[in-house]
Amino acid sequence: MSIQTVGVAGSGTMGAGIAIVAARSGFRTIVYDITQAALDRARKQTEGFFAKSVERKKLAQGEVDKILASLEGTTEIGALAQCDIVIEAVFENLKVKHELLAKLNAVCPPSTLFASNTSTLSISEIAAGSGRDERVVGMHFCLPAQLMKLVEMSPGLRTSEETFAAAWALCKAMGQIPVKTKDNPGFILNYFLIPFNNDVIRMVEAGLAEPADIDRAIKTGLGYAMGPLELLDLVGLDTHLLVAEALYASTHEPRAAVPALVKRMIAAGHLGRKTGQGFYKYSGNAMFGG
Amino acid sequence: MGYSVLKLGDSASFPESHLLLEQARRDGGVVIVLGDRIPEALERLGARERYRAVVVELRTECLGVYTGERAGEEGSNMLGFARFRLGADPATSLIELVRQPATPQAAIDAARAVFESAGLKVSVCRDVPGRIIDRLVRPYYNAALRRLDEGLASASDLDTTLKLGLGYPEGPIGLLERSGLAQHFDVTQALYEALGDPGYAPARRARVAKQRSLAAAQADAWVQRQREQGND
Repeated sequence: MSIQTVGVAGSGTMGAGIAIVAARSGFRTIVYDITQAALDRARKQTEGFFAKSVERKKLAQGEVDKILASLEGTTEIGALAQCDIVIEAVFENLKVKHELLAKLNAVCPPSTLFASNTSTLSISEIAAGSGRDERVVGMHFCLPAQLMKLVEMSPGLRTSEETFAAAWALCKAMGQIPVKTKDNPGFILNYFLIPFNNDVIRMVEAGLAEPADIDRAIKTGLGYAMGPLELLDLVGLDTHLLVAEALYASTHEPRAAVPALVKRMIAAGHLGRKTGQGFYKYSGNAMFGG
Repeated sequence: MGYSVLKLGDSASFPESHLLLEQARRDGGVVIVLGDRIPEALERLGARERYRAVVVELRTECLGVYTGERAGEEGSNMLGFARFRLGADPATSLIELVRQPATPQAAIDAARAVFESAGLKVSVCRDVPGRIIDRLVRPYYNAALRRLDEGLASASDLDTTLKLGLGYPEGPIGLLERSGLAQHFDVTQALYEALGDPGYAPARRARVAKQRSLAAAQADAWVQRQREQGND
């Protein structure tokens, strides 16, 4: 099947980033959210992102105008009926996703594929609430989606080969790099990253080393571009908590359990870059990249 | 600030020439103790109080082995260190500098200044098995090897995901195959014994690589004996 129009449900950080990826590669893109305020915020961030792309000479103003014209926002879920695929990037909760997919199933034609950007929930379980589980596939973009090429593609137990192939082809057409993983909790990235980050937080919690010492060690010793605590501050501790709790609920692996320090820091408002303080202190809060 | 180096036996951190060794003087406020005969070197060093810092090379052992421990209040001018290296890879420029709860800041600062004067980067940590990097990465490496066996994804997709998703220079499978699965076994087995945490229990592929290297050594020894007998 040929995909012409891409829907994105949810205009948070991930949804807005995915919409940029789709629109930038020439797809007509419709972003749905329940409030106009959320859409406006995403549109403003998106325009800011593309303004930086022009500034950095990655795109010409004419190209950006065309991209922005192909990118529309809506609070009417019925507008997604025009889409060949809808990528959901709503709150990481099975009930919320089931409710959304049931509504989408009611408005979209049977041919529309549903993709989930879940990072930890099971594709098979999400698909089970969709009314079209053969046409549901996992497409986990990385944060920030507008800059990161990787997409973890995961078939559910009942996903058809045609669905997986069409989503894989879309991924490549959007200039992304897909990898195939089993429908396991956390897929690849979060399955490894969350326990590792929890261990890093436990190291800080136990006073074994200061955040800057840990980051310096990892960057110098292993050549990582970012230290794990710098990355946690970028992702946000509230997001880390959500993902880690979802992973722990699925795996019950001790390393996936969230250290108590995370909840203490969240209570204190130390969420990371977005609140100006996490493991480090910051100033400024613009959308990443351009 | 001047410093001296006392080396007895083989040093894992500085097996080859390095600015740290070249800059050393006959005497100084800090002494770096290198090699695999630390207790003997400390005896030869004599009174340690005359130094601002005595910094001993560690392998998998804790600093407390040389200083003794005292109800969580231990700490003196003696610190530990290890220069990080992954398996058969060359040593990196990272020094993990090991302190105890009551180590005076002046001793830490003096030790840090010496390493930094030789172009090395210093991360300070408490006296725990695995220090910073090994303590954090060995469970991750074991998990990657286990999940490869369980068919989560191909080795190539596992590595691609972790490289592209997290900006790691190398994925865990390629990294371990290159730097040595048997060496990973040695480090993670030592941590498993020290910590008793199942995350450090060597993954099957690491154990196989270790057993294979032992088998190869046994075969080599037999060939060598045959040659020697033939020469008699």
